[in-house]
Amino acid sequence: MQTFDLGAEGLRALNSALHGLKGQTNMTAWEVVNPKGAHAIAAGVDAPVDITVRGSTGYYCAGMNKQATIRIKGSAGPGVAENMMSGTVIIDGDASQYAGATGRGGLLVIKGNASSRCGISMKGIDIVVHGNIGHMSAFMAQSGNLVCLGDAGEALGDSLYEARLFVRGSVKSLGADCVEKEMRPEHIAILEDLLSRGEADAKARPEEFRRYGSARTLYSFNIDNASSY
Amino acid sequence: MTDFPRTPPRYSATFTPAVNAEIRRAAATGIYDIRGGGTKRHLPHFDDLLFLGASISRYPLEGYREKCATDVWLGTRFAKKPIHLDIPITIAGMSFGALSGPAKEALGRGATDAGTSTTTGDGGMTEEERGHSKTLVYQYLPSRYGMNPDDLRRADAIEVVVGQGAKPGGGGMLLGQKISDRVANMRNLPKGIDQRSACRHPDWTGPDDLEIKIMELREITDWEKPIYVKIGGARPYYDTALAVKAGADVVVLDGMQGGTAATQDVFIEHVGMPILACIPQAVKALQDLGMHRKVQLIVSGGIRTGADVAKAMALGADAVSIGTAALIALGDNDPKWEGEYQKLGTTADAYDDWHEGRDPAGITTQDPELAARLDPVLGGRRLKNYLKVMTLEAQTIARACGKNHLHNLEPEDLCALTIEAAAMAGVPLAGTNWIPGRNGGF
Repeated sequence: MQTFDLGAEGLRALNSALHGLKGQTNMTAWEVVNPKGAHAIAAGVDAPVDITVRGSTGYYCAGMNKQATIRIKGSAGPGVAENMMSGTVIIDGDASQYAGATGRGGLLVIKGNASSRCGISMKGIDIVVHGNIGHMSAFMAQSGNLVCLGDAGEALGDSLYEARLFVRGSVKSLGADCVEKEMRPEHIAILEDLLSRGEADAKARPEEFRRYGSARTLYSFNIDNASSY
Repeated sequence: MTDFPRTPPRYSATFTPAVNAEIRRAAATGIYDIRGGGTKRHLPHFDDLLFLGASISRYPLEGYREKCATDVWLGTRFAKKPIHLDIPITIAGMSFGALSGPAKEALGRGATDAGTSTTTGDGGMTEEERGHSKTLVYQYLPSRYGMNPDDLRRADAIEVVVGQGAKPGGGGMLLGQKISDRVANMRNLPKGIDQRSACRHPDWTGPDDLEIKIMELREITDWEKPIYVKIGGARPYYDTALAVKAGADVVVLDGMQGGTAATQDVFIEHVGMPILACIPQAVKALQDLGMHRKVQLIVSGGIRTGADVAKAMALGADAVSIGTAALIALGDNDPKWEGEYQKLGTTADAYDDWHEGRDPAGITTQDPELAARLDPVLGGRRLKNYLKVMTLEAQTIARACGKNHLHNLEPEDLCALTIEAAAMAGVPLAGTNWIPGRNGGF
């Protein structure tokens, strides 16, 4: 286990060391102490390593992550795991706005609540939120899966494309072109897998969720839909 | 019946035939007009400025014997690897999707041969573009189509796009006709849909967030890459100041003459300011912060000739960027395709339905047959030629003003032909020492 004192050694030294791991496998376990809400912790990692951050993080922790498993033993600031490519990010606490924004792959697990715009413009990432998600979540979401064990705020899935949204609790309102869809066996299977990998299988069963997706009425501009924009 | 003279038909200056035609089109379709390019209205522009060549009070440099340097460094503020270009004329961001693959390759070839950079666009980085561009600027846009850390690291600079001159405050648009399999795959979208890009970034709002975003991008790329911030010409003084505050190495300022692949005509013609009005405000912001020449300023929007380049630099820009002019150099709107333009209901030099993907010149299309009309090698050579001519023209003017580097051109080398241009550019009206507004507010 490599222990890195962020307060003493600084962000640049941490990210430089983590970026240097590409292509080598000896130092696979890292612990970052004294994060003190710093921004861009472990941003741009591209190696199959485990990184545990002991405390809360600022903006863009695990940004553009590839391959790494990053655990945040606290809460995460805005844009956690933004544009993640692959790997896993697990947050013990809450996540601020834009969690998983534009993520293209990998798994983001938020064991607390996620604020507004969770999964905004997501492009293939899977996100599992054990608590609630805020307003405008999955705005313009393109692909991937967003699972919410709690409630969803206003305008869920506004103008979304092909992302799948699964919500167990209430939805305050659906955004433009977002509709409830039938839960078919393949969706149950997707959820079962995501709940398991998202460490939520003991908290909820797939049958308890409702599925939301695009009505696809805004895919081609039509003047009769102008009031929806 | 007496045959009195009749009042001849008189067109309204308000309801012109063109205005009436647009009213009829809107009434028939219910859809606003979408087109490519920049504003077509007449605006105060570089043509309204003239250079004051040297005479007795200043002496010129010999045109063919005394050196006039043209190189520029970009990104010297924070980046470990700033960019050094031979000429201060760069190629603006234009996406693969809006443009064909061969067109992107031609831009890369021409820019590289001329010693300058080219820029990606709202669609990610293609291999033909990276492979043929010695210096490639990678745009970081609200849509984040194709965004990934590998391409960030393969880029020579990163341009965070906040806005563009054709549509400050607006997002991108790529209609279904151009969403081919390859474009759809790069953008993670279903094939054939009308694609809308967001007008704001998904994970930051405001200058304080932007500062953190830039820091994240620097961390991901180990502080190697220059980071540009591109703004549309709307409030250039404040936006430039905020970009500098957020940590930009370079500010890219795009006036309303700057083109777009597609957006609403009403947006293109009625939002933003001409580049002539933008440059002095941005330069003043840099000077007020003590950052002029430390944070470089690239300006764009209606740059056509070496004279435009020289005028922009005399007003304080470090470099310029061209988009529309580069496409014309490749062959866009060439009269040799007039027969096909006529079939599309338009004519050469007026064709702007780039969003429809039926460009006879094969540049703004994803149709393989049309795209094959552009030879990227020949296109690249034409672009190189054009860039070289612009550079020679700018040098000619600079030498006539007694300058041994384009960067030594200054506002004192200029006068204005109109009161409007004098006020906007902050240079005297020709034959006077009057700069309107100079003593009465900014």
